[in-house]
Amino acid sequence: MSTKNWPLWEVFVRSKNGLEHRHCGSLHAADEEMALENARDVYTRRSEGVSIWVVESKHITASNPENNGEMFEPAQDKVYRHPTFYDLPDEVKHM
Amino acid sequence: MSEEQVKNLEEQFEARIARDEKIEPKDWMPEKYRKTHIRQMSQHAHSEIVGMLPEGNWITRAPSLRRKVALLAKVQDEAGHGLYLYSATETLGISREEMYEQLHTGKAKYSSIFNYPTITWADMGAIGWLVDGAAIINQVPLCNTSYGPYARAMIRVCKEESFHQRQGYEIMIKLANGTPEQKEMAQDALNRWWWPSLMMLGPTDAESIHTAQSMKWKLKRKSNDDLRQQFIDQTVPQAELIGLTIPDPDLKWNEERQSYDFGEIDWDEFWQVVKGHGPMNKERMKARVNAWENGAWVRDAAMAHAEKKQDRKEKKAV
Amino acid sequence: MKNENLYKYILGIADNSLILGQRLGELTGHGPSLETDIACTNISLDLFGQVRSYYQYAAKIAGDNRTEDDIAMLRKEREYVNVLLVEQPNTNFAYTIARQFLFDVYHFLFLTQLEKSKDLTLSAIATKSLKEVSYHQRFSTDWLKRLGDGTAESKEKMQEAIDGLWTYTDELFHQTEADKAMVSEGVGVDVTKLKEAYYEKVEAVLKEATLTVPESKWFQKGGKQGIHTEHLGYLLSDLQYMQRTYPNMEW
Repeated sequence: MSTKNWPLWEVFVRSKNGLEHRHCGSLHAADEEMALENARDVYTRRSEGVSIWVVESKHITASNPENNGEMFEPAQDKVYRHPTFYDLPDEVKHM
Repeated sequence: MSEEQVKNLEEQFEARIARDEKIEPKDWMPEKYRKTHIRQMSQHAHSEIVGMLPEGNWITRAPSLRRKVALLAKVQDEAGHGLYLYSATETLGISREEMYEQLHTGKAKYSSIFNYPTITWADMGAIGWLVDGAAIINQVPLCNTSYGPYARAMIRVCKEESFHQRQGYEIMIKLANGTPEQKEMAQDALNRWWWPSLMMLGPTDAESIHTAQSMKWKLKRKSNDDLRQQFIDQTVPQAELIGLTIPDPDLKWNEERQSYDFGEIDWDEFWQVVKGHGPMNKERMKARVNAWENGAWVRDAAMAHAEKKQDRKEKKAV
Repeated sequence: MKNENLYKYILGIADNSLILGQRLGELTGHGPSLETDIACTNISLDLFGQVRSYYQYAAKIAGDNRTEDDIAMLRKEREYVNVLLVEQPNTNFAYTIARQFLFDVYHFLFLTQLEKSKDLTLSAIATKSLKEVSYHQRFSTDWLKRLGDGTAESKEKMQEAIDGLWTYTDELFHQTEADKAMVSEGVGVDVTKLKEAYYEKVEAVLKEATLTVPESKWFQKGGKQGIHTEHLGYLLSDLQYMQRTYPNMEW
């Protein structure tokens, strides 16, 4: 019987140069080389990627949804951060 | 948390789902939601990997190189889909090993259809055409289910599976247009797989538990009977097109309902297979358990090696 | 056949990929983890892809009506010219990895040379395959190290597999008559010249994997002349089952 299980890794794939890496799923692997190879074999079978990042899931620090109020709501009324807040004369078409 | 607080949270939770909001892993969720999802998602994952076995049975014997690579790729996809689904389920706080344990001890179920044997090449056609056809009907609505990781996994699965049914139907077309012997092989496979495929869509609504709750959580969008009718209505013309006969003497187009009427399903057989007494239940489980147990030393070695490597790296750093 | 030597030469390359691909195909659904299962199937698919390119080319050279499937599935046992190494069974995962590694190192060196072939079709297949095989080699090398330098149990199993398969390595560097003819035309690869680099590479990896390089100098041969181990017959009865049972049909 296995004593220790392979840890979980998160996989991020860049689908083509110019685009960001996007999270596409997770997998199990014993070490980083294996994680990278497994990610290649599992998540790019249909030419989905040109670059892969893997990171062991335990190294990700995530915000807690319970704190979503204090974390994200204060940004909601800062409308002056968006261009639509500012009035422009109709004659100025692009700015 | 007081009972009232929990009730309050539950109401908010249900309201979020009703508004079509997605639930994500770290969100608060009722225990029942978590448990139901672990059950359904792991069952789905198990079905993918047990489902590799009946088709894997023909990889070495595929009749042409073209068929062989298509079948290999399809069975491999099933491993991938199992993997996506296990990973999505892990976000609910259960490990893949625990899920395997449940599968291997018979605590968790998987789709009963995989407990039938694949005895001729035509079974590869019938499985792709009928079993994947029925699976797609079940799965497409899940792309929109309420639990985010499940919905995302399903989007990936559905995208990749689009070739599976075609792969199977193409095998059937070739056989149906082939020699009398080939046509007979195709008809025989249809005869054997038709009823189990109908059963695959689940017990009749009258006997189906969990349905109301599952509808609310968008784990299910239509009832089993509606899905079954949809499957029959779409499949019958496909059979006719290639000159095969659906093995149901009661099958008849109902002009009024604009649907096919069909014969009685043998639910005794269904429950027998579900309860572990299908033709291949024992062999399927044995194959899974063997793969897992024979692989233990390999998985252990990889971990031991990773630790050694890490140690060496740390020593170097000192 | 006008180009009989070329035809035979192509089969000598392709049969290795066919038989190894078939062996790997047996494992789908039975691997030690889902991830490794998927990886091994990828290798199998790469190999079958190569096989199809080679056989399609061979069929064209033969110039009659034969197809890639006729070549793959309708020859007699003595007409398969793969090396003995690739037909060895999946005794356990250590054997699968050892077989893969011992073949990959050769395959990579071979394709690197085949890429320079005067035959443009072979050269093009080699270029494409080389990318795939570079990855195979990386995969099997990494696993060899993991199992060699893993637990005591895995080390023992890995060593046993290497010891067991070592006897089939020398055959990789034997030249057939078709080989010699093709080398002289600048089409084929002189495999005798790959031997040194092969053992150098293999021994270096074995050492890194904390394994012992086998000392035995007794080697098996015969695959290239169609004299196989008893394992091949069973593999072929699966591979050929449909074509033999239902002759002259399309699938």
